[in-house]
Amino acid sequence: MFIPLLVLRNALRHKLRTALTVLGIVVAIAAFGLLRTLVDAWYAGANASSSARLVTRSAVSLVFPLPLSYAQKIRQVSGITNVGWANWFGGVYINERNFFPQFAISGASYLDLYPEFVLSDAERKAFLADRTGAIAGRKLADKFGWKVGDQVPLRGTIYPGTWTFNLRGIYDGAEPATDTSTFFFHYDYLNETVKQRYGRPGDNTGVFVESIANPEDAAGISQAIDATFKNSLAETLTETEKAFQLGFVAMSEAILGAIQAVSYVVIVIIMAVMANTMAMTARERYTEYATLKALGFGNSFVALLIFLESVGIAITGGLLGIALTFPLAQVFVDTIGSLLSGFRVSQQTMAMQLAAAVVIGVAAAAVPAWRAARVRIVDGLRAIG
Amino acid sequence: MRPNERQPLVAIHGLSKYYVRGDQVIPVLLDLDLDVFEGEYVALMGPSGSGKSTLLNLIAGIDKPSAGEIRVGGVDIASLSDSDLALWRSMHVGFIFQFYNLMPVLTAFGNVELPLQLTGLSRAERRERVETALELVGLTDRATHLPNELSGGQQQRVAIARALITDPTLIVADEPTGDLDRVTAQEILGLLARLNDELGKTIIMVTHDPKAAEKARRLIHLEKGVLVG
Ligand SMILES: Nc1ncnc2c1ncn2[C@@H]1O[C@H](COP(=O)(O)OP(=O)(O)OP(=O)(O)O)[C@@H](O)[C@H]1O
Ligand SMILES: [Mg+2]
Repeated sequence: MFIPLLVLRNALRHKLRTALTVLGIVVAIAAFGLLRTLVDAWYAGANASSSARLVTRSAVSLVFPLPLSYAQKIRQVSGITNVGWANWFGGVYINERNFFPQFAISGASYLDLYPEFVLSDAERKAFLADRTGAIAGRKLADKFGWKVGDQVPLRGTIYPGTWTFNLRGIYDGAEPATDTSTFFFHYDYLNETVKQRYGRPGDNTGVFVESIANPEDAAGISQAIDATFKNSLAETLTETEKAFQLGFVAMSEAILGAIQAVSYVVIVIIMAVMANTMAMTARERYTEYATLKALGFGNSFVALLIFLESVGIAITGGLLGIALTFPLAQVFVDTIGSLLSGFRVSQQTMAMQLAAAVVIGVAAAAVPAWRAARVRIVDGLRAIG
Repeated sequence: MRPNERQPLVAIHGLSKYYVRGDQVIPVLLDLDLDVFEGEYVALMGPSGSGKSTLLNLIAGIDKPSAGEIRVGGVDIASLSDSDLALWRSMHVGFIFQFYNLMPVLTAFGNVELPLQLTGLSRAERRERVETALELVGLTDRATHLPNELSGGQQQRVAIARALITDPTLIVADEPTGDLDRVTAQEILGLLARLNDELGKTIIMVTHDPKAAEKARRLIHLEKGVLVG
């Protein structure tokens, strides 16, 4: 009872100083948590993807399309159970700020590849029956207040003109991490319109998606697919969906690295600030520490007082910072919308935040505690005069 | 030396203390001998810088001699390790400082209780002892006050209660009235005299004040690190 009381009262001696220190830690820990959550969310997309699916794209670049005729040949590669395709549409809904991904897909074959997109039978049928039909993820539909039956106009950027789709279904995610912020419509509609309206050759798509019977065969099957199109006009690159997603992530690896670095820099900065505060605090109390030692309290007792005070302040700030991370994350989600699925503060992040707070407290106390423990009693007593 | 002669409580032989700064040696105490007996009230006087505080600190075990021996109650304190010395101080020495050196965050009660935190006494036992000590120094009604709510004289009385609380072998006081006005100083000196008279406490007090020294039973003069008279 005595030590906690002493520590608490010491911590409350300079209320403003302690409050500002706590505030600094709250901000640092919340920022740390938010940045970690951002990085987590970025990787979550890749982690949610299946390793039982392969993605085939142009070996040159994702922006070069592949001939639709490849589907037939891919289907013949052994180990493949299903083939679908998808093409990036890149339309704008009302204005550019409402960004969300849109794909023209190969109807039923594509939906069968993605069992994690949960769609009612009635809606699935309605979608497949309507050439200009579309489906949207729950998160996306909620964001714009869409209901089944609504008309959704998209202004094409790659494919000019206004495209109006009938929303025939809203799919849910089978798991929390499943992305439900994508918009799908029929490839055939896109392809035919492109051929008619613009006189383009058509019959091209961005990627093929294949499901395979056994994920362990992924490497062999990928090679087999790519070998099929070797020395053709459009060579392919096939990899697991996960690797494909990570490839996207890798593009932003530098940014993620920077975000991660900043999250640690924030912690180091607050650590330095708090170490300075604790040093100042301890220096002011040298006479008291010397008095305690004269009375028979050990060097370690004095060091303990400083450690407990520092760690106590840091944990207080840390817990408040963790609590603050949730509303901040919500604001972030509301602002950025559907771009990042799975933007949730994980338990691991909270554990890391708490650990960071403890590290801040311990590190800040280390030097002052060591000095206070070492200072000779007579020198400490002399400090008063 | 007759065999039945009374053993001194504090026995100092050939005590020297010097500080080394660079290649310069600053001597403070020079080959000093001193005996203090149980129940004595000794006033240590001398000009500023003569080494009074240094000597007192050595006797109290918060500083280490450069040479010589200090025995207190038969224990050669200079040979104790830091932690043994800390334990020894907690049991045998009561400290009274010029500037009281109370913990500002603890009440009068808490300050007096402080040395008892190092003992195995129960809460109830501690409370009883603290109440007795506060009564002795006349501060029962101030038990819940913080140091900054007390006058200098009252703070020093709290400090005296704190010095008494463990029933130490020896009480050391370095200019206990140095920061007090004349009237308050007299009160404090009266209190110390009572501790010596009525409770038989051994007290060693450093002072500049001849009036304070008068109250003591024995006067020692220190000049340039050597005892005179
Ligand atoms: N850490 C130190 N380093 C060097 N010299 C020191 C140190 N501590 C004390 N001294 C010197 O030792 C001498 C004695 O100091 P001390 O404090 O014992 O004097 P004092 O008799 O108590 O003086 P005052 O009456 O002013 O309190 C002084 O000359 C002082 O400068
Ligand atoms: Mg002195």
